[in-house]
Amino acid sequence: MSAARPLEPWRWLGVPMLQALIATVLFGIPLRVFGLQLPEPIFPMVLAFAWAVIRPSILAPFGVLAMGLFLDIFWGGPLGLWAICLLIAYGGALSARSIMAGQSRLILWAWYGLCTATAMVAAYLFVMLDSKSTAGAVPVAWQFLATIVLYPFAQRLIDLFEDADVRFR
Amino acid sequence: MSLRDNPLGELKVPLTWAAAIALVVAAVAATAILISDRRETFKAEAYGATRRASDTVLAPVGDVLSAPGRWTGAGVDTIRDYFFAGSENRQLKAELKEMRQWRDVAVALRDENERYRTILGLKTDPPIPMVAAHIVSDSRGPFANTRLANAGTERGVKAGNPVMSENGLVGRVIGVTDGASRVLLLTDIASRTPVMIDRTNARAILTGDGGPNPRLDYLRGRDPIHEGDRVLTSGDGGVLPRGLPVGTAVKGLDGRWRVVLASDRAAIDFVRILLFQDFTQVVNVKALSEMSPPPPTPGPGTQPVTPPKPPAPAAGAAAPASDAAKTPPGTPTAKAPSATPAAKPAADAAAKPPAKPATDKAAAPKPAATGGATKPAADATKPRPAAAKPPAPVPAKPKPTAEAPHP
Repeated sequence: MSAARPLEPWRWLGVPMLQALIATVLFGIPLRVFGLQLPEPIFPMVLAFAWAVIRPSILAPFGVLAMGLFLDIFWGGPLGLWAICLLIAYGGALSARSIMAGQSRLILWAWYGLCTATAMVAAYLFVMLDSKSTAGAVPVAWQFLATIVLYPFAQRLIDLFEDADVRFR
Repeated sequence: MSLRDNPLGELKVPLTWAAAIALVVAAVAATAILISDRRETFKAEAYGATRRASDTVLAPVGDVLSAPGRWTGAGVDTIRDYFFAGSENRQLKAELKEMRQWRDVAVALRDENERYRTILGLKTDPPIPMVAAHIVSDSRGPFANTRLANAGTERGVKAGNPVMSENGLVGRVIGVTDGASRVLLLTDIASRTPVMIDRTNARAILTGDGGPNPRLDYLRGRDPIHEGDRVLTSGDGGVLPRGLPVGTAVKGLDGRWRVVLASDRAAIDFVRILLFQDFTQVVNVKALSEMSPPPPTPGPGTQPVTPPKPPAPAAGAAAPASDAAKTPPGTPTAKAPSATPAAKPAADAAAKPPAKPATDKAAAPKPAATGGATKPAADATKPRPAAAKPPAPVPAKPKPTAEAPHP
């Protein structure tokens, strides 16, 4: 891909968003094998981190908002919960973008984990306020682990599009 | 290349600022949506048109996507049945032998229960109609535990209906649309279910926390629960019927009592939605609210000063009663029976054969006023001198003498 070629939004925003939503729906199938169920990672977290690292964008926050609202509707949770939590993760990654520039893959993974943890702590607090009850720590930890192992997908997206726009190298 | 050397560097700052403003706008929109959400009320109107529309779309999609999983499961079951038919047959025979004994016990208990219900005139709950559906999507995260079932308003499902698997209670419907129902699981953090411990009848609230084993809050009573106790729905509040199996009590690692859900024994693919209507749904609230208020109770100032005349058939006994009424309190005639005014008629009834129902009722442990009032009627055939056995030591309350004894 040449640098002169414009970075079209559907390539780095549209297609990955569709993939994340399809993956969410597929992992929502009620499948149980030997008493074990599928994990439930937050696939849009990958995009919320990767989009912020690739470049600042006007469309990306609204893409994150749309994915969050889809999660809330699909999972049946409070409407707006994951929308705001994903935006918190996106905002955190965007503000730390200059610090993350040029870092190794492992350090970026740690940053991804930090953004995910921030979003999940925010979700924990919002749900606590909403339902006046605390969520169990173990299920929260399981979802956190299931989400942070998705970092290679974020890294692949970053590798694909980080150098696509010369203004944000 | 450094920022200074980059010829397009001057474009970077405005675009970054625009992106930041877009982020703020999106965050404000998300916050407004979160604040305006009324999911926690679990009212039918709070579910919203957006959720209903999305459920209508997602249900057939989930149905198609989950079909291969169901077919695979059915295929695995078929192969397993083929290979393990012999051992399963032996196991089922043993189980059948045990169940036959239980069947006899159940039949005897059912007959006994029916007899008691007839004697007591007990109004039992009517049978609850139900609708079968299968689960087409599932969310298992810590902040939302819901499932989508492929039966909706077209089959009479309403918000609030309980949902069961073949093993036990799964949850209840919180949103319904044409062709789909959203089921809030017992494990959801917003789920609160009134339950009781089968052994002790102790009440508790089953509270979900996103994990597989919801906890028991507000347990009451002394030593109300033991490990392995069966937990059932209590029916308190009228949302769920009483006696649905919920699970088994266990002590959690955090020291709290939790429930291993009965519905977790097998995969929840097919469910039954009970079309249960609680009292608040069935009752005609309008008719109740239109009821005229009861007449005002007469105060002490409005009560009649003179006692009413006693009934005509008990004239023979009424005479001593009126005599006693005329007797000033403090005289020996009124003092003797005053210690046990209600026990006295009971003793009389025990001494005499129960020829009259009135005598039997007088022997029952009724309040003193009723017992004292019944006595003259029971002894009407056997008048006795007032000095020997005064009939009623409470002549200042003449009203009960005019009333029939309570059944």
